[in-house]
Amino acid sequence: MLQAAAFYILASTAVISAFMVVAARNPVRAVLFLILTFFSAAGLFVMLGAEFLAMLLVIVYVGAVAVLFLFVVMMLDVDFAALKEGFLNYLPLGGAVALALAAILALTGIGWVTADTAATSLQAPIPADMSNPQALGAVLYDRYVLFFQLAGLILLVAMIGAIVLTLRHRDGVRRQNIARQVGRKREDAVELVDVKSGEGIG
Amino acid sequence: MTDFISEFGPVWGTALAVGQILAFMVVLLLSLAFLLLMDRKVWAAVQMRKGPNVVGAFGLLQSFADFLKFVLKEIIIPAGADRPLFILAPLITFTLAFIAWAVIPVAPGWVISDINVGILYIFAISSLGVYGIIIGGWASNSKYPFLGALRSAAQMVSYEVSIGFVIVTILVMAGTMNLSAIVAAQEGGFWNWFVFSAGMLPWPAFLITIPMFVIFFISALAETNRPPFDLPEAESELVAGYQVEYSSTPYLLFMIGEYLNIVLMCALMTVLFLGGWHAPFDVAPFTWIPPVFWFALKVLFLFFMFAMVKALVPRYRYDQLMRLGWKIFLPTSLAAVAVMGGIVVYSNAS
Repeated sequence: MLQAAAFYILASTAVISAFMVVAARNPVRAVLFLILTFFSAAGLFVMLGAEFLAMLLVIVYVGAVAVLFLFVVMMLDVDFAALKEGFLNYLPLGGAVALALAAILALTGIGWVTADTAATSLQAPIPADMSNPQALGAVLYDRYVLFFQLAGLILLVAMIGAIVLTLRHRDGVRRQNIARQVGRKREDAVELVDVKSGEGIG
Repeated sequence: MTDFISEFGPVWGTALAVGQILAFMVVLLLSLAFLLLMDRKVWAAVQMRKGPNVVGAFGLLQSFADFLKFVLKEIIIPAGADRPLFILAPLITFTLAFIAWAVIPVAPGWVISDINVGILYIFAISSLGVYGIIIGGWASNSKYPFLGALRSAAQMVSYEVSIGFVIVTILVMAGTMNLSAIVAAQEGGFWNWFVFSAGMLPWPAFLITIPMFVIFFISALAETNRPPFDLPEAESELVAGYQVEYSSTPYLLFMIGEYLNIVLMCALMTVLFLGGWHAPFDVAPFTWIPPVFWFALKVLFLFFMFAMVKALVPRYRYDQLMRLGWKIFLPTSLAAVAVMGGIVVYSNAS
């Protein structure tokens, strides 16, 4: 009973806060609601016995991605009222996309539930003699190692692309060269000059 | 923690569990009061001052006097502030600082929740710590807090990365994510602690683990916004950074949360590197002393080091901070993960 109550609390929080992400007037609050959605999703993962995934969701999405979102949204001066002006025009297109997404999810879900192995995989999502990260590692690094590496490669390319797009070299920027600072000797910097009175340094 | 609910039934079991958590929190807060005093005393001693010495003998009650003073003052909320978020921010910092302690084992079996992904839980909670600061800085609706919040967000996200990789090296050695099991793996004398690592791995492993310990210590300084990385509250540039607009109890919550995070980092280093509750020698006079004492002693030593750093080291410049995090710590710890993985695979195979 306690589990059912926890599930309904987490699930309704997820749905309501996901709705608030789009409904909130203030962009910063929208991002905070997004974080709440991530949190409830992590809670649902814990209830499924996937505590490793739950922790990763919190570390990666809440701890890093959403912080950067928040960072950007706080710095931008977004006028949400202006953004929402064309809302009704785009509603049909958005609705179509949402419908397609819902159809895909439903198809996958139905396919998974009605599969022959559904009964066993529902009861025990991971083998009993394996811990959560072990099971995940065995799948990722063993069976799907090629896809895993490819995904990593795509991310690397995306990262390099982003750097290349935003990198610009400006002239006249004085950078700190720590090796040169540390390697500087007294002789390079100080010179003792014996100045005779009335002559100065030529 | 024993499973109270299955042992004493739902009502009494829950009551016992809550009581245990409350007792742990009270112990934490009391130790924190004296640790705060110790921080100030060490700082004062380095500068040849006496530090707080008026309230109680040797100033022992200073923290309690400060506490009363903070609580009795009026809470001031700026007119332009986002009220709910302004109040929420210190609460987030305070709560997160406490819930991370749930998985820290202070002695064999003395842990609130002995979960299997304990280390990830700590990492997740500490990566959330940035929210209290960034929300507080933004909700103040004022330029200095906002700049402080932005600095702190960038800084904490950067140093989390190297902390993560250092933790991975330890996980590779321990082969588990359960904190109690990590401590248990370091049993039998200080040479088995992960900072020296010689007990279980070929000798060159400590050439990796000792630098990792140093990197973790420095990253912990940055992660907790301690000097020399206290740029989010650099008082000479940003007045007090994200806390400028905070007064009274909300400020107190920020400060308790901050110090509790520092002690948490000390406890985490104790668990990961210094053998947790284990005595440095596994022979008679040392084993008579209860394990929790050893744990507290190690945490105290690390906290002393934190205080000394604060007293001795000048503040970093912001670009130097970023350079250290991304160009030095990240590649070093990444290489350490790869090499340590190799060592573990090699020594397991032979």
